[in-house]
Amino acid sequence: MSTLQPAGSGAQFHSIDGVYNFAYLDEQTKRMIRRALLKAVAIPGYQVPFGGREMPVAYGWGTGGMQVTASILGVDDVLKVIDQGADDTTNAVSIRRFFNRTAGVPVTEATTEATVIQTRHRIPEKTLREDQVIVYQVPMPEPLRKLEPRETETRKMHAFAEYGLMQVKLYEDISRHGEITTTYDYPVEVNARYMMAPSPIPKFDNPKMHAMPALQLFGAGREKRIYAIPPYTKVRSLDFNDYPFEPQQFEDPCALCDAKGVFLDEVILDDKGDHMFVCSDSDHCRDRRAEGHMGPRAREAAEKGYGADE
Amino acid sequence: MSDAPLLEAEGVSHTYAGGQVGCADVGFTLYPGEVLGIVGESGSGKSTLLSCLSGALPPSRGRVRFAVRGQGMQDVFKLSEPERRLLMRTDWGIVHQNPRDGLRMSVSAGGNVGERLMAVGARHYGDIRSEALDWLGRVEIDAERVDHLPRTFSGGMQQRTQIARILVSQPRLVFMDEPTGGLDVSVQARLLDLLRGLVRDLGVAAVVVTHDLAVVRLLSDRLMVMRQGRVVESGLTDQVLDDPQHPYSQLLVSSVLQA
Repeated sequence: MSTLQPAGSGAQFHSIDGVYNFAYLDEQTKRMIRRALLKAVAIPGYQVPFGGREMPVAYGWGTGGMQVTASILGVDDVLKVIDQGADDTTNAVSIRRFFNRTAGVPVTEATTEATVIQTRHRIPEKTLREDQVIVYQVPMPEPLRKLEPRETETRKMHAFAEYGLMQVKLYEDISRHGEITTTYDYPVEVNARYMMAPSPIPKFDNPKMHAMPALQLFGAGREKRIYAIPPYTKVRSLDFNDYPFEPQQFEDPCALCDAKGVFLDEVILDDKGDHMFVCSDSDHCRDRRAEGHMGPRAREAAEKGYGADE
Repeated sequence: MSDAPLLEAEGVSHTYAGGQVGCADVGFTLYPGEVLGIVGESGSGKSTLLSCLSGALPPSRGRVRFAVRGQGMQDVFKLSEPERRLLMRTDWGIVHQNPRDGLRMSVSAGGNVGERLMAVGARHYGDIRSEALDWLGRVEIDAERVDHLPRTFSGGMQQRTQIARILVSQPRLVFMDEPTGGLDVSVQARLLDLLRGLVRDLGVAAVVVTHDLAVVRLLSDRLMVMRQGRVVESGLTDQVLDDPQHPYSQLLVSSVLQA
């Protein structure tokens, strides 16, 4: 614990590791980000510019999400970090360790225990609660960017709700492939007003954003934008009347926990083409197996006398 | 042609920051279904005038008024920006000299034509597509090319796609900036033929800016000759071209090679 106090700030310099301020960012920066967050919550789906800071990781590794997490983290919070649904990948492990060191908050892999969940590419399968906050890492906050390169123009399009162009993108998908082939970062309309990029989550997760009890915050570090969806807000995925929005569907259940209606990842097992589909949400899968659910691969392994994880 | 004017320009002048005169004291009244030609050499202020008329560049003096649906004559520059932008993609259309300025080159021809429909809320893919096919057919583009990118089209096809993209919203006023520029003569002739037919059939009013007298001869009802930012002569197209009064108009008419 250090007794240093930043000049002109009423806030106590509260350090966990004796080097950095609590949760790495200084208190002034956190206040600036919290102001941006408040504005973002007040205008659901609107991209609020903020003075993004350099973080001790490279852009593209979740600097936006980390700044949001750092600003909302308190001593009582429990943090979970997921990357592609898993808690044990490099990005997730590094960020969890970072906040464990700089903020001293307990970390968890269990969705139900966490109060703050920072995520990249997925929303957990378990329904989030009102007392939870989910923070998304966003690489490209502007859904119209690929269609309209000028920032001045896209800002006007948002201001005047001129969203025909996004529909052109979906039109192109159908005319080329016979269906809407956008499968991730699928554009949504928030609160019947702003067009928003949901970050690169699979479109499978889009329906979960609608009327979610938890607060959803989005941080884009390189682009320096923050946006939010307050709890229980209407979120609609764009579509055509004759080509309605359809999330991905999987025919077979998870090979390990037998779960249906969840998002599955393909895992290659050997170099002879053997593969299996397993839950992308590793926490959900582990819980189900602990409850005794068994997918076809797990059963096979058990019969041969191996553990399901091997 | 009806009695109520569609577009009115009064004393439209624009002086650039450096003091160069873009256009000075231009005034005219355009009625529904009428085609006005503006001719003049390079630097005579045609394009500046067109920018002022089409709401892209606020004139330093004078005003431009347009008969907005259900609102009567409105000063174009006093409309709010969203209103003006709505006008741009519904009741107005701009045919650019270079189709690259008017088309999205990475979006298929069908998507280009359908964009205006989607911009005003069309959300039925089948309807949008059949409308796009219909309009591409009207500008003589083969239905097979509907999903191709405009960059795979010839210059003339790109220009026709651009025209279909605008006409699909059934505009009442179209601005054309050198619509046949950069096309070879036979393609020019076909495009002009097509434009003339469309303008007559649809009753669209148009302001056509060009340095090519053949274009205005074929398309326009009335003509304005510009020089150094000012209108030096105006009148019925045939009258001005066959019996030019101002020395500059005489020079312009006599400079055209007789084939």
